[in-house]
Amino acid sequence: MFGLQGLIPAWAQTGSPGLRADLPTLTGPNIDLTVGHSNFTVGGRTGHAFTVNGMLPAPLLRMREGQNVRLSVTNTLDEDTSIHWHGLLLPFQMDGVPGISFPGIKPRETFVYEFPIRQSGTYWYHSHSGMQEAMGHYGPIVIDPAGVDPVGYDREHVLVLSDWSFMHPHEILAKLKKSPGYFNMQKTTLAGLLDGSDGMDLAERRMWAGMRMDPRDILDVNGTTYTYLINGHGPQENWTGLFRPGERVRLRVINASAMSIFNVRIPGLAMTIVQADGEHVRPAETDEFQISVAETYDVIVRPLEDRAYTIVSEAIDRSGMGRATLAPRLGMTAEVPPLRKVPNLTMADMGMGGMDHGSMAGMDHSAHGAAAGAAAAPMDHGAMSMRDPNNAPADMAVGVGVDMISPAPANRLGERPQGLQDVDHRVLVYTDLRSLEPNKDTRPPSRSMEIHLTGNMERFMWGFDGRKFSELVEPIRFELNERVRVTLVNDTMMAHPIHLHGHFFELVNGHDGHQPLKHTVNVAPGSKVTFDLTANAPGDWAFHCHLLMHMHAGMFNVVTVRPMEGAAR
Amino acid sequence: MSRALFAAVAVLPLMLAAGSALAQTHGGHAGHGAQAAPACPPQARSRPAPKPKPSAATPRVTPRVATDPHAGHDERGAQAAPAPAAAADPHAGHDMSGMQIAPAADPHAGHSMAPAADPHAGHDMSAMQTPAADPHAGHDMSAMAGGAPNIPTSVDAVGGRMVETPPPAAARAAPAHAADLLFDPAVMAASRKQLLAENGDVRTTAVLIDTLEAGFGDGEEGYSWSAQGWTGGDINRFWWKTEGEGALDGKLHEAEVQALYSRAVAPFWDVQAGVRQAFRPDGDDTTHLTVGVQGVAPYWFEMSAAAFLSTEGDLTARVEAEYDQRITQKWILQPAIEVAMSASDIPELEIGAGLTSVTAGLRLRYEIRKEFAPYVGVEWTRSLGDTADYVQARGLDPDAVRFVVGLKAWL
Repeated sequence: MFGLQGLIPAWAQTGSPGLRADLPTLTGPNIDLTVGHSNFTVGGRTGHAFTVNGMLPAPLLRMREGQNVRLSVTNTLDEDTSIHWHGLLLPFQMDGVPGISFPGIKPRETFVYEFPIRQSGTYWYHSHSGMQEAMGHYGPIVIDPAGVDPVGYDREHVLVLSDWSFMHPHEILAKLKKSPGYFNMQKTTLAGLLDGSDGMDLAERRMWAGMRMDPRDILDVNGTTYTYLINGHGPQENWTGLFRPGERVRLRVINASAMSIFNVRIPGLAMTIVQADGEHVRPAETDEFQISVAETYDVIVRPLEDRAYTIVSEAIDRSGMGRATLAPRLGMTAEVPPLRKVPNLTMADMGMGGMDHGSMAGMDHSAHGAAAGAAAAPMDHGAMSMRDPNNAPADMAVGVGVDMISPAPANRLGERPQGLQDVDHRVLVYTDLRSLEPNKDTRPPSRSMEIHLTGNMERFMWGFDGRKFSELVEPIRFELNERVRVTLVNDTMMAHPIHLHGHFFELVNGHDGHQPLKHTVNVAPGSKVTFDLTANAPGDWAFHCHLLMHMHAGMFNVVTVRPMEGAAR
Repeated sequence: MSRALFAAVAVLPLMLAAGSALAQTHGGHAGHGAQAAPACPPQARSRPAPKPKPSAATPRVTPRVATDPHAGHDERGAQAAPAPAAAADPHAGHDMSGMQIAPAADPHAGHSMAPAADPHAGHDMSAMQTPAADPHAGHDMSAMAGGAPNIPTSVDAVGGRMVETPPPAAARAAPAHAADLLFDPAVMAASRKQLLAENGDVRTTAVLIDTLEAGFGDGEEGYSWSAQGWTGGDINRFWWKTEGEGALDGKLHEAEVQALYSRAVAPFWDVQAGVRQAFRPDGDDTTHLTVGVQGVAPYWFEMSAAAFLSTEGDLTARVEAEYDQRITQKWILQPAIEVAMSASDIPELEIGAGLTSVTAGLRLRYEIRKEFAPYVGVEWTRSLGDTADYVQARGLDPDAVRFVVGLKAWL
């Protein structure tokens, strides 16, 4: 425990009274960061970590909008490293992706990142080399606005959610390649059928088996190997942030996981969402929100009582949870809710959510509303193909790497996220997000494009439009300042947090003129998500699924913005 | 059984397996054959009539005449659907051409859907999607789409695969790689190569011991094994297989090793070809050329089928299937069946033409870890036809049952 404390930055240490100016946070204009090896201890076990300045998570970088920052990153490893400033708008060569922005940082080399800070909000940084990010190489960034902060608060805490495994990420990936269900210990079973605990009848099982799909394949890597961390603390270590009753506490929540999507709640406290991905949104009060990998949410809570509250970050497949505490005094704890029931994938997750209820009823040969019957029926007909190339653009490769093409992908931005359909409290949905500031670019998009998120679950292959990045794919090309409407179609039964570097896109969620700005969007299984993009950052940028293993397996591409006017000076 | 007839039988399982592999690849076209048929060639597929205002979304829903024989019941919907949509959409006027094509946009058009009791069944969707061909119309539909506008995608395109608008020419302006302007292009090239390798080119090496067991039955106590493994990427792999058996007192009866090139040809299927070498301390060692398929059939049946052609010209084949029934997360019951056949009499191997043997097994394993699972089970083997006569001639029972204890493992 004491060893652990040594490794954890002051702001993330348990009993943290919160972020105050006297805490040793790193601030600009000159910041030195050193990437190295450390031991990391959690749950009484110690493993090898990649860390920045010897800390996990890495030090908090606190900057102010309008300043210039010079970040000198020294690599003490024997392998290349890099730092990507996730969500920051900067010149492409400072974006930190080896092979796209720059050559990477060689062993014993120092690379100086230097750029003006053009925005405010909550962001984060992480390695874009190897799979160092899965081994501790990530940290938070807070940028204070140049002017008045529209969000009023008395105290703030950063909550870095992450996942830690003592298994090396390369070994995790190798296991998945050989046995894609390796980490899933929540599969449907005969016992679960007989005692009803699986919540799935025989007809439904048969339909899933007929497709060779697992209705419990929600997170590829999960609580069977991961300890879910909050600020580098496992559930037992119980990171505790302090407050005084009545204070408005701003929680800056960052999902810095490699492979984990969380449902976050604080039983007993309502949360008001004020920022998403660092951009202000019209305050939206909720009781639980889903945060996909690489997203950030800022929430305001106002605990009035002199009691402790448990912060729960539950993995969406309910295989484990992160746990922390908000309390008036150190040592106080609140009840930790048990893990909830494992959800099953639904028909919408199969890419059939786009069939309206009318047609669904028409196909439901059994009882109305019986999901199994409705789902099984289309499968029995040749016409409802789960892999019809006609449901994909002409340039999509429909080969081994594509085990499904959504036959009727639905826009699910207004739907409660996976596993939260039936909870008896409020849940944030993407359509609740409305940009506080009006959208700057009001031009209608001049063209639209469609990108399919594709995969083969059995072979653990992932890609865009049926191709892995390693297959020498054509980059995604935009003209400088071009306004394009991009629709992502998820042809898989897993969620994918899709991240575009160097830009914010506007989520087309019905709030015309106030579409929320995001750098990462979670595309629900079998669904489609549309965003409008103004490609205003010349250069080359990464575009990928932020589930690290999916990216490593090929779900990655380069976005080019040309001509280079105004860039690379 | 004549040689020719046998050849057909031997190859049949291969064809079946390959057939399902093909179905896997092409089955998707079946439902759309009718839609793809119209005379109107793809390049002639014009965009909807000139748009009266700048269109954001390139028209993705291209008009096609629905020739689907089942389109009949959709027709009613086509007439029924536009009404509410038109009311909701101030721009609906421009989009009526799109509206009319709606039925064909219905992915269920070819579906032998029971005529729904609800006359609007199956049509609401097209009503929602079509107006969205106009980017501005989409927002008007938000109430219907549950808050977020429903932007049409390829699924809504009619008659074959949607062709996207290419990026403007300026998007292709030099340089090919922006970072080459600022860093040594040679260094960047090396870095890009690394990036390619790290985003998709995952190589794996696996060793799978399917069975490693001791058997106890009426005859002698014996041991046997069956293992395989591979090295390679997602598509191309070097694959090896081995199996064999002997007496528990140490005498090896027969062993074989296969070295194969394996290529993924469909999402769930690999085709494998190579050589098999069999070793028989008491008989002839044989060498075969082999070709087969291996993969996962619907309902999670692990399948493999292979044909073997020996240097003597003897053709044999083997088909195997197994299934994992999870009782709990760790207790798994695995039924398995293997059928062997031969095109000809091979007296020196005591094999008769036709089906030579059937083996059915049932193994109950406990996964201490997923990679390490001891099991107990029972296996029944029956020799068939002339092969059974050979067995009987040696004074053995062509029908044998043995109990097995073993280990399934992988790494």
